[in-house]
Amino acid sequence: MIFTIAARELRSLFLSPLAWIILAVMNLVFGIVFDIGLAAYVRNPLPEGVTASLVPGLYELAMVLLFFIVPLITMRLFSEERRNQSLALLFSAPVSMTEIVLGKFFAVVAYLLIMVFTLTLMPLSMTIGTQIDFGLLLSNVVGVVLLLASFTAIGLFMSTLTQLPALAAILAFGALFLLWLLKLPAFWFGENAVSYLSIASHYENFLRGVLSTADFVYYIVVIVMFLVFSVRRLEADRLGG
Amino acid sequence: MTDTVLIDVQDVSRYYGHHCAVNNVSFAVNKGEVVGFLGPNGAGKTTTMKVLTGNLAPSAGSITIAGHDLLDDPKAAKGSIGYLPEQPPLYRELTVDEYLDFCAALNRIPKEKRRDAREAAKEKCGLTSVAHRLISNLSKGYQQRVGIAQAIIHMPPVVILDEPTTGLDPIQIREIRLLIRELGKEHGVILSTHILPEVQATCDRVQIINEGKLVLHDSIDGLEHHLQSASLTVAFRNDVSWSELKNIAGVKKVEQQREGRLRLFYEPDQDPVDEIVSRSAEKNWGLYELRPGRVSLEEIFLHLTTDETSDKEETA
Repeated sequence: MIFTIAARELRSLFLSPLAWIILAVMNLVFGIVFDIGLAAYVRNPLPEGVTASLVPGLYELAMVLLFFIVPLITMRLFSEERRNQSLALLFSAPVSMTEIVLGKFFAVVAYLLIMVFTLTLMPLSMTIGTQIDFGLLLSNVVGVVLLLASFTAIGLFMSTLTQLPALAAILAFGALFLLWLLKLPAFWFGENAVSYLSIASHYENFLRGVLSTADFVYYIVVIVMFLVFSVRRLEADRLGG
Repeated sequence: MTDTVLIDVQDVSRYYGHHCAVNNVSFAVNKGEVVGFLGPNGAGKTTTMKVLTGNLAPSAGSITIAGHDLLDDPKAAKGSIGYLPEQPPLYRELTVDEYLDFCAALNRIPKEKRRDAREAAKEKCGLTSVAHRLISNLSKGYQQRVGIAQAIIHMPPVVILDEPTTGLDPIQIREIRLLIRELGKEHGVILSTHILPEVQATCDRVQIINEGKLVLHDSIDGLEHHLQSASLTVAFRNDVSWSELKNIAGVKKVEQQREGRLRLFYEPDQDPVDEIVSRSAEKNWGLYELRPGRVSLEEIFLHLTTDETSDKEETA
């Protein structure tokens, strides 16, 4: 049932030009940045090797772009259905609220994975000419997948709050930006409890090639928490009207 | 008509904050019945339907659909319902076929039967010719039909339609009404509307709801009985004094109507027709028109929905 809902959502996503254009623009940006990085490395090779000098920068750029595109993709998930009053179809069908939320969540995650796939093809293309550090690349890929899933969960929750897609997008962007801002105090006070909560500081470990359980747990907690919030929010709709 | 109860609603209430939208409503719908749900705007029709289909939780009371409790076993209960909300829940970017396939899957129709289910639903709703068109490009009437197709695709025992004929042209209205009658043979159908003739044309039973309360619950025949209330329309060529008419046994009230016609209300068991005819002949009143009066459904409706106290007896 989750798969049915996800498939429908993904199909609708690809029926709008937005999904295609975002993919195209992202790939263009990644391609240009990768190319420039590669050219710079060829001219002036750094001692830490080609993977370490190119890949983390590329995946950090992915995070910055995800800040902008995830809200654009998730904004319509529930708000648009609410405005078109098509949610009644899902609510009166024999599916649970959890299945509805997970279906939509996995649809957006699947869409963003396409982007991660094409992005990862770029460093992989270097295997034609040289050897790369697959461990570091894997760590970056795992990191970006966890990151985009937690962004999606947050965006999905914001879209259950309002009927206006634009408002959902702004809320999601605001929430993501706040979670990122939490790492700022670390510049003056060093690592502390607040900066530990930042969604970006955990991502940096993955970029450096450090896979730590704490970072995994952080992202899983964010994902589960916001998905549970979304289910709760929709249930409250039914109860409160 | 069999006596299998498909929908059993017990003492259901629904509050929006302090506002009570549905107040202690109980009723049952049997298999093979079309029940009309009538009421003015804001009477609680749509809220009742939403509660029945699980789109809103009831504040109190219980609902059983085809033997499954909606609160304890929501999946089984919802699987037995097809619901067309006021605004058809369509994904406009899909074609009719794609959309119906999704609905079939959503209602847990096994993969190998989905195609047949889709074709059958399209056939019933007259959608075969538009199967490959985008829903957003269809006319309102066709969109409405897609909405109905969606509600019946899994052949649910219970079909709930919220104002299914709004925005349709007269020919489409007739087709949809025929379709509803057709559905009523195999399913239990609840139909909400504020169009009174629609109820007379399609329903077996009628329930009138006002301010969240059921004020009338009767069969269409019973309603007809209400309609043929004790009144006569008469017209005389010559002037007749009203007092003389009122003197006739049984006549309660005389009312002036258009073009010199008079309307006489009488006690239901004392039909004054014979008396009027013979007196007219005797006294040369020149009777040239005499027909049994019909209270229109509108009048009953108005009576029930504007006057709360006097309708208590009729509800029984």
